[in-house]
Amino acid sequence: MSTEPTAPWRDYWTRGRRSIGFVIGVAITLLLVAAALVSLLWTPYAVDVMDIPAKLQGPSADHWLGTDQFGRDVLSRLMAGAVNSLTVSLVAVGIGAGRGVPLGALAAARRGSVEEVVMRFNDFTFAFPALLSAVMITAILGPGAVNSIIAIGIFNIPVFARLTRGASLPLWRRDFVLAARVAGKGRTRITAEHILPNIASLLIVQMTIQFALAILAEAGLSYLGLGTQPPAPSWGKMLNEAQTLMYLAPQLAIFPGLAIMATVLGLNLLGDGLRDLLDPRLRRAR
Amino acid sequence: MPLFVLQRLAAFVITLLAASLVVFLVMEVLPGDPAAIMLGLNARPDTLAALRQQMGLDEPAALRYLAWIGGLVTGDLGTSYTYGVPVWELVRQRLALSLPLALIAICLSTLIAIPLGVLAAAKRNQAADVGVMGFTQLGVAVPNFWFAILLILLFAVHWRLLPAGGFAGWDEGFWPALQTLILPALALALPQAAILARVTRSSVLETLGEDYVRTARAKGLTRRAALWRHAVRNARIPVVTIMGLQFSFLLAGTIIIENVFYLPGLGRLIFQAIAQHDLIVVKDLVMLLAAAVVVVNFIVDLLYAVLDPRLRGGRHVD
Repeated sequence: MSTEPTAPWRDYWTRGRRSIGFVIGVAITLLLVAAALVSLLWTPYAVDVMDIPAKLQGPSADHWLGTDQFGRDVLSRLMAGAVNSLTVSLVAVGIGAGRGVPLGALAAARRGSVEEVVMRFNDFTFAFPALLSAVMITAILGPGAVNSIIAIGIFNIPVFARLTRGASLPLWRRDFVLAARVAGKGRTRITAEHILPNIASLLIVQMTIQFALAILAEAGLSYLGLGTQPPAPSWGKMLNEAQTLMYLAPQLAIFPGLAIMATVLGLNLLGDGLRDLLDPRLRRAR
Repeated sequence: MPLFVLQRLAAFVITLLAASLVVFLVMEVLPGDPAAIMLGLNARPDTLAALRQQMGLDEPAALRYLAWIGGLVTGDLGTSYTYGVPVWELVRQRLALSLPLALIAICLSTLIAIPLGVLAAAKRNQAADVGVMGFTQLGVAVPNFWFAILLILLFAVHWRLLPAGGFAGWDEGFWPALQTLILPALALALPQAAILARVTRSSVLETLGEDYVRTARAKGLTRRAALWRHAVRNARIPVVTIMGLQFSFLLAGTIIIENVFYLPGLGRLIFQAIAQHDLIVVKDLVMLLAAAVVVVNFIVDLLYAVLDPRLRGGRHVD
């Protein structure tokens, strides 16, 4: 028996490998991030170059996933679309967590009227699904990728505020927090040093899940023409264009959808796996 | 019980007011001159002045807000700039499509999800459970508009069984109209069903472990009777909560799906209004939809008390 304690990440790796879902989730997510990063430097064909004689081709050795109505390479556009999806979702979830976590922590630390105000604010933000916010912003400012970021970000704030408050409240009654208060630490310091580290794993898991939802929301918004604008490639927009060509080239409507589905599936599996790993108490309870 | 209802009612009204204030600020105060946005850069000064007059933009913002709220409460939503008819008239026509569509989708998803969820819980870790959980993972990951496109590819393009889009109208008879709503409702229901099935499974699993279920079994109830009469019955609260939360997704879904199938409902109306810069219609519709979400969540809050008498004590349980 070894007396040396194993590093936690080593333990996670050993246990994580046993869960098929987790491994698939990690693999899909890594593949996606790799495809997005590679596309910044290299794509099989230039993303925006049209080649009309080669339009609407099926998958072939030259064009692995075929070409669209302007003869552009579908695989190249999917890779570049991944950058768009990931960026929008990352920033949006960042906004949601960046605003929501402090709000939730504040509500749990102060209680009383502060908590009441935060929770009411939550209730009403909740009345605006990302799509409604995007509709309002587009009507005033016109469409664009920034709309999607703001709209999805706003919708994420109450999610994180609620989670943070709910998870923090029981911690405030624990002995180690009481000890910290007796030692003279203020609420802000206790939140930073004791509360947040204890709910970090919960927040990471939620971020993964919200990230998956943000990918779906971004795709929906750009499908509707409220998000990323052409010629910038986005998965949602590709599906929108494919729909008008459904009788001519049904394959165009398949690949972008598969990309979205695989991404969301991968992130969800990753989130579930992380939850099992980071919080053994929750394992298989849901 | 009255205290519980009063508390929720107060929160409900405050939420509605806050939402209306935000919609008003974003749509009328933030842009400076909404009339200029609606008419574009090349508007003639006299047209602009006429529209400003019609929208009452020369009045102070506070007065306009009050007038708008008053109108909302009394059912006067103003007149659409592009259609020249009262907004309420447009809403009423479009609701004849959007409301049945949403209701069919909710029914479908409930009919699919509850049996699947209960089955998965009852057969925990067996093949049926693994199958249901796999289905839910996929169902959650598939974007509803892509699923809609796949349905069109299969049922309309390939098999030619159902129309690819458009709405026959209820005047054409019940069946032709319903036919045009089947694929849209299915597309809306699938992701909802996936989430609902998961929640049903986990909450039934939780109640199955409770003492009262063991008591019921000890009393001699069959496994099936204990499952449905005790476990499922007590698992309703989380399920209803999620159905309430799902409503906002359903709403967003309806807007997208109506555009996939070219259905003339509220969702398409919003998009036409954006394209035509009809801010009057956009503002009213956003407010109505936000209000719908708030109302549904209020009803869900009250349903708790109906479903679980333990919550009637006047204490708000979070």
